[in-house]
Amino acid sequence: MITNVLEYLEYSAQEFPDKISYADETFSYTYGELLKTAKAIGTGLLKKETARGPVIVYMDKCPKDIAAFMGVLYAGCFYVPVDTAMPEQRVELIIENLKPSAILVDEINMEKAEKVSSGIPLLRFAELTGTESDEALLAETRRCFLDTDPAYVLYTSGSTGVPKGVVVPHRSLIDYMEHFCGEICITSGDVIANQAPFYFDASLIDIYCTLKMGASMWIVPLAYFSMPLKLLQFLEDHRITTIRWVPSALNMVSAFRGLKTLRPSSLGKIIFGAEAMPTKCFNYWQSYYPEAVFVQIYGPTEITGVCTYYIVDRKFEDTETIPIGRPFLNSGVFLLNEQNGLIAESDVGVIGEICVKGTCLSHGYYNAPEKTCEVFVQNPLNDSYPELIYRTGDLASYNDRGELVFASRKDYQIKHMGHRIELGEIEAAVNSLDGVSAACCLFDRERSRILLIYVADSITEATMIGLLKEKLPRYMIPSIYHQIGTMPLTAGGKADRMKLKEMYLK
Amino acid sequence: MEDVINILKGLHPEVDYEVETELIDKRILDSFDIVTLVGELMDEFDVEIGAEHMIPENFNSAEAIYDLVTRLAEE
Repeated sequence: MITNVLEYLEYSAQEFPDKISYADETFSYTYGELLKTAKAIGTGLLKKETARGPVIVYMDKCPKDIAAFMGVLYAGCFYVPVDTAMPEQRVELIIENLKPSAILVDEINMEKAEKVSSGIPLLRFAELTGTESDEALLAETRRCFLDTDPAYVLYTSGSTGVPKGVVVPHRSLIDYMEHFCGEICITSGDVIANQAPFYFDASLIDIYCTLKMGASMWIVPLAYFSMPLKLLQFLEDHRITTIRWVPSALNMVSAFRGLKTLRPSSLGKIIFGAEAMPTKCFNYWQSYYPEAVFVQIYGPTEITGVCTYYIVDRKFEDTETIPIGRPFLNSGVFLLNEQNGLIAESDVGVIGEICVKGTCLSHGYYNAPEKTCEVFVQNPLNDSYPELIYRTGDLASYNDRGELVFASRKDYQIKHMGHRIELGEIEAAVNSLDGVSAACCLFDRERSRILLIYVADSITEATMIGLLKEKLPRYMIPSIYHQIGTMPLTAGGKADRMKLKEMYLK
Repeated sequence: MEDVINILKGLHPEVDYEVETELIDKRILDSFDIVTLVGELMDEFDVEIGAEHMIPENFNSAEAIYDLVTRLAEE
């Protein structure tokens, strides 16, 4: 029985030592090199007496990141990828919450890391990889390890302004991969083109299906997602068989009718999720790949990748919604109504909150017991023994085939370009600015635009945008601004979103 | 030219489009922005922009975008 994801690496390095594991246009590792580098990093971390705990990986996206992740695991620690393009202030919030044992940095980000590290040891990637690996030390470290120990922490937007770190153990990740690779028939012959950043759980399929099966993964240069022909040429050149992309990336190709000019010939598995798939875009892709397997997946970071999936098995009109499907293997997924009553599959169209139980559940949020208790709760349908469920906050209903169909959010979380954003985090950032007295964010789903409505006396729009860029990632910066005299309020004294929507979204 | 800048402002009001010449290279415009931008350019200028026009050189500055739509309008 597998208890550590490093066993995937060790298996693939033994079976396919000279095969390309992870690559981009300038650098690649064979499985043999990846194993050697990861062990060197692991030994290096142990020799520096890095405490068992979180290690931030602060590096630009590159195959070396994977070696860093695996190296951190060899040291008995868990890795936390942090976006190097994230504003310093938000990185500082994460460091404050995480109190990492060390920060692993590449040369190019050293200067930035020094500014935010606040005394935490900065370790150079290039220096650690030069360590002679110490097999005895690594084996001893491994012996003390449990599969319930964390593998990674991924940060996601938090409604109060502080990002939340989701703690995922090896066991949940292994459970995900064992079932996913089998169900979707991923093999060692597959070549995966990676789109998702490594600090998002959407990248788990790319990283770990590759590692488990001894497949190969190519990192697509980010700029290609604005250039459809280059993107398609990339897929063709590297004989890509499998993609797991956000719908907006697929939409980029369909919007310009790119497949008419170039149809990558090896593509056979097209997996999408993290935001609603426009059915028109899906139909465009399917018309060029009638034989391909199309899979819609659904699952928040808190439940390790996927908790429902739908392998497309019928035609959809452009106006129909593609369902998020049925519970994933070994995952319990059900809908609860507002009274915590179970919604039956036969209650077609009745909307409830998606709740999840099983091995896929993460441990909760790092250093945030209150936030964890709000959504990781005792199953209200079980009063016989302790059984945790995760309340996703996503609303869905059953269709007449017993498939789940996504409806909306219970709160003010949005999905924008595949990013999960709490509008509350943006509002908290705006409210923290001098001169602003009230702020409310709305999301225009039709046009995928974040609107900010605010009351301010002594701050210009340009100054405000400048300051927000120091606090928020670029994808959270609102694109439409309305300054108003007074904020309309509800009876409870909160910003009246219904009224603001009437005023600005109609 | 002003029309192009106005459309761009609708995407990212914080950018100074008069001077910025690396809209794509610096990833100021992401893939969703590009899809939206091209849709609006096609409506506004009544031109057809295809996959073959989607290269960084055509979108790195407001001026390059303006040149592209002018060129396409003349064809």
